[in-house]
Amino acid sequence: MSMIFGVPMAVLYGQLLIGVINGAFYALLSLGLAVIFGLLKIINFAHGAMYMLGAMGTVILFDTLGVNYWVALFLAPVLVGTVGVLIEYFLLRRIAGQDHIYSLLLTFGVALIMQGILTNIYGVSGLRYSMPDVFKGGVNLGFMFLPFYRAWVIVAALIVCFGTWFMIEKTKLGAYLRAGTEDSQLMQGFGINVPLLVSLTYGFGVMLAAFAGVLAAPIYSVTPVMGSHILIVVFAVVVIGGLGSIGGAIITGILMGVVEGLTKTFYPPASSAVIFLVMVVVLMVRPSGLFGKEA
Amino acid sequence: MSQTDIHSDIQKSILSQQKTENRRKWILNGVLLVLLLLAPFVMYPVFLMKILCFALFAVAFNLLFGFTGLLSFGHAAFLASGGYTTGYLLSNFSGLTTEMGIIAGTLVATVLGLGFALLSIRRQGIYFAMVTLALAQLVFFFFVQASFTGGEDGMHGVPRGELFGLINLEDNLNMYYFVLAVFLGCYLLVQRIVSSPYGHVLKAIKQNEPRAVSLGYKVDRYKILAFVISAALAGLAGSMKSVVFQLASLNDAHWHMSGEVILMTLVGGMGTLLGPVLGATLVVNIEYQLGQGPLRDWVDPILGGIFVLTVLAFRSGIVGEVQKFIRKNMG
Repeated sequence: MSMIFGVPMAVLYGQLLIGVINGAFYALLSLGLAVIFGLLKIINFAHGAMYMLGAMGTVILFDTLGVNYWVALFLAPVLVGTVGVLIEYFLLRRIAGQDHIYSLLLTFGVALIMQGILTNIYGVSGLRYSMPDVFKGGVNLGFMFLPFYRAWVIVAALIVCFGTWFMIEKTKLGAYLRAGTEDSQLMQGFGINVPLLVSLTYGFGVMLAAFAGVLAAPIYSVTPVMGSHILIVVFAVVVIGGLGSIGGAIITGILMGVVEGLTKTFYPPASSAVIFLVMVVVLMVRPSGLFGKEA
Repeated sequence: MSQTDIHSDIQKSILSQQKTENRRKWILNGVLLVLLLLAPFVMYPVFLMKILCFALFAVAFNLLFGFTGLLSFGHAAFLASGGYTTGYLLSNFSGLTTEMGIIAGTLVATVLGLGFALLSIRRQGIYFAMVTLALAQLVFFFFVQASFTGGEDGMHGVPRGELFGLINLEDNLNMYYFVLAVFLGCYLLVQRIVSSPYGHVLKAIKQNEPRAVSLGYKVDRYKILAFVISAALAGLAGSMKSVVFQLASLNDAHWHMSGEVILMTLVGGMGTLLGPVLGATLVVNIEYQLGQGPLRDWVDPILGGIFVLTVLAFRSGIVGEVQKFIRKNMG
């Protein structure tokens, strides 16, 4: 078997695949953060909790009501999105005029509440979710083995990422959104219901997180604390890429997943730290981020 | 009455007002000091020391958050690096006296703080919070993997030793008065800093950074110094904590701890001197009381709820709201 730097090619491809999949999750999550940041100018510290709710929701829906994967893929994000709209309407809106630090702290509090409650009910050891039968098995590509489900995660994440990019950059709703990012007061003056748009944007952003959660349910261990860990990584990704551009968030997310996968192949001990180290380098060399316009 | 008379009258009344206010402050401080000196005879000294360590941690954090307007989400890194350094040195080098171990821990946190500051001030606002959080996570990973920390188990059996090689700190009362002395020293230091010209520039940066820049202040340097002092004091708090409990653990390095110190400062009143102390006292007590009772599994959601409530209902914190009330109702 061929080797590269003492590592079998098959291992390298395998880690690359895992990297791309992790990157797809980073992309979906940082995309949601960027969408919310664009209009609300806040960082959603509850984003990890929403991702966790999506995954936990999928398992709970299956265990209690027997809801299957395909329905959950649609239902869980909608439910979590509704929770998001309620949070925006009842909590975030009350402090809209204040310093953005307060909304950050508010969402942090919300995350603590959700994570804490679910930990009490389900513990931290994790729930089991079996993969839908369609996805069992995989295909041998000659140079590596590709499990069906992993392929599906990549395809689904790419479709959703592209769809979001298309909606924001090419449709009328997206134009409103971008206009709101520039000057929401002026847009209110043109007769557009900005408060509604804000609620829906927040709801949509957390829906993306919940969708990532559903995708994650069959392959990652589903626990109430799964969100807080990935969120910190995604924050580093966001600092690297900047929140200024939708496309930038997607590309940086996938890129960082691949970097992580490569590190795991060649120097495993550093794999959990590498994204943070990349962040440090980017801050030193290009403080505004790879795709950032402002500091 | 001529105009100069009116002026001098106003001046007199302002002066007398300041005098009564000063007197009020001195009486309050005196009463608090006596209470702190007598407290270990009424309450369990180790619990009191826990409060003092966290109070110092919150005071340190508040210098950066409350007075300079920089929200660090990574202060756990300084608490933990101080604690681990002191714990490691005191456990492995029996020739060291306790205060040397504590000074070394503080120095390590100071250097780490400088590193954090140089990187994080390159970004502003919420990015600043994210950068500090990510850097602190890097430090957390380091402590998880490094062998000297004992990983998940933590570092146990740190000897308290003898202060200056003379005073036996195994005795809880001796330990308490040492912690109290360090705490009061740091509290006075922070009080001195925020009322100094330097402290006024920090407040100016918080209120309007572009204006501070246009007035010719090298804002970045002021921010870096504030960050480093804050990190040093947080490290000192961690060092003392590891001596008091004879333990340094991963809990101190976790992002949860960074969140807790924010909560303490926010609840007590950010940008006030007494606020973080009060906030730390409250949060430590709430955690302790809940930990005893039937709600012991609900500490996190309850803390989260307090977070949400504080942000929604009383952003200035307890001390801040009381100050507002006094200003409104007592002239």
